[in-house]
Amino acid sequence: MAAIDHQKELNRAGANVEGWWQHTVHLARRYPLGAIGAVMVFIFVMAAIFADVVAPHDPLQTSAAHSLNAPDGSMVFGADMMGRDVLSRIIHGARISLAVGIGSMLLGGIIGVVIGLMSGYLLGWFDLITQRIIDIMQALPLLVMALVMAAALGPSLENTIIAISIPLVPQVARVVRSSTLSLREMPFVEAARAGGMSEWRVAVRHVLPNTVAPLIVLGTAQLGSAILTEASLSFLGLGVPEPYPSWGRMLSESAAEYVRTAPWLVIFPGVAISAAVFGTNLMGDALRDILDPRERS
Amino acid sequence: MSDASTSPAQPSSATAAPVLKVNGLKKHFPVKKGLLSRTVGQVYAVDGVSFEIGAGETLGLVGESGCGKSTVGRTVLRLIEPTAGEIEVDGVDIAKLDKKALRDYRRQMQIIFQDPFSSLNPRMSAGDIVGEPLMVHNIAQGKDREDMVAQLFERVGLRAGQLTSLPHQFSGGQRQRIGIARALALNPKLIVGDEPVSALDVSIQAQVINLLMDLQNELGLSYLFIAHDLAVVEHISHRVAVMYLGRIVEYTDKKSLFKNPQHPYTEALLSAVPIPDPEIKREKVILEGDVPSPINPPSGCHFHTRCPYATEQCRVETPLLKEQAPGHWVSCHLR
Repeated sequence: MAAIDHQKELNRAGANVEGWWQHTVHLARRYPLGAIGAVMVFIFVMAAIFADVVAPHDPLQTSAAHSLNAPDGSMVFGADMMGRDVLSRIIHGARISLAVGIGSMLLGGIIGVVIGLMSGYLLGWFDLITQRIIDIMQALPLLVMALVMAAALGPSLENTIIAISIPLVPQVARVVRSSTLSLREMPFVEAARAGGMSEWRVAVRHVLPNTVAPLIVLGTAQLGSAILTEASLSFLGLGVPEPYPSWGRMLSESAAEYVRTAPWLVIFPGVAISAAVFGTNLMGDALRDILDPRERS
Repeated sequence: MSDASTSPAQPSSATAAPVLKVNGLKKHFPVKKGLLSRTVGQVYAVDGVSFEIGAGETLGLVGESGCGKSTVGRTVLRLIEPTAGEIEVDGVDIAKLDKKALRDYRRQMQIIFQDPFSSLNPRMSAGDIVGEPLMVHNIAQGKDREDMVAQLFERVGLRAGQLTSLPHQFSGGQRQRIGIARALALNPKLIVGDEPVSALDVSIQAQVINLLMDLQNELGLSYLFIAHDLAVVEHISHRVAVMYLGRIVEYTDKKSLFKNPQHPYTEALLSAVPIPDPEIKREKVILEGDVPSPINPPSGCHFHTRCPYATEQCRVETPLLKEQAPGHWVSCHLR
């Protein structure tokens, strides 16, 4: 039988963790995939915030001389047909992706939480009607519904956020409703009622916080699909309009025409989309484990 | 467990007005079926229950699973709305109060739950759980509230240093103490204990029961103590009510119940209590069959389907709760 190194086991379990830095290192060791995801998301967010500083060129600066330049020393990811630097456009495109992703996730999340909580709490006719509407919405794929919404609202940044957020509502509402249905029967909720708390307070203080764990996982997954949907909408010409650089539109402008002659126009925006979605999903999985209160030390 | 020093103190005012008076309490749950939720039947969970609890008194409520004893506890607190009957607290029938007026009476009655795990919000600190009722009723704010919560912690045997800990960091017994501190926060007159020790280890059970009895002596609390463990009930109660299928079948002081049970169901229950002495042989009354469904309870006396002495009268006529001897109420045609 192998000897157990107690000190090593204790360290692995996080016995001597002190301060936020050690704590972060400890979490990164326990959840290596989550750490990779977090780093990817961090780079993504930083690129979006500091795009003006980080980008080597002006993303809107056209130049006939550099049209379709292959990647080289000055333009690492090459240039598009109008001679704009692809790397700079990807860095600036992160802003759009992040704004649309987080914006529609939050908007859809808030609407979904309110509907789900009311549905699970009030039951009766309100529940019956909202749940049937949600059934109808869930029958349609995310992209199709976002497409219809975007086409109806017209292309702009705000409208894109709204168009993507509405199809995200049903999932959130369902998750919150089902948690609410089981939580409202829990003894601690009864105790809160026996303590004379209003139904509103019971719902917000005792039921809602306990639905958070599944919501965070769902939220990060939705952040990924919102980014992807934005790219798809822009690819189809219904997303964020010119001149903002959007990853999806960068793909669509070049995919058919230049995929053979200038593959960097397709590869790099594609990699950016994949990396952003993959990173948020990895981080979301790790967050679910970390945010469980029973795991907190 | 029947050591004289740990037996319950005598109620201070047995003759004064009761803290809680329940009269003809009924709770029927509708059974719904189909698309239009038609009511196809009723579960007669509680079917006409009456009792009184005096100041500083403990009433034990015993019975098998599903006999409606927990429903009685929750209905008394109006966590479940009663179908019929009166619930008098301090002479006021709270069964008819609207939600707003009920809030003030909530302060006088609290509840302790069976499961120490699901009865505490996992995302609130122990101090917040105990302090929340104080905040909601505007009793104390800020520093005052912290002080009161710390005092409550001390009173139930927890350290003030544990105020910021989350529920999962406590053991089962400690969690039950947090539940007790929460119930005490509003300084209630009556506490409903819904099997408050059944989920705990035996050694912890004794600690929690002694804590409850100490609190009763100090604060003059009344308890409605719901349990299925007769030894625990014998230890803590002054009087005991035995329930069977939604009705009270026997209701008397502890001594006469355990020494001189009158109802055949009580006899059977008591004979099932194990005696910790292999030499003593006793005649066991073994009941046949299962508890009938409360959806379609038997006619007449609910117990006639399993009673060894049942007669034709028992099958037809519902027996009333009669005072057999002073203070000893039995619901049986044969006594």
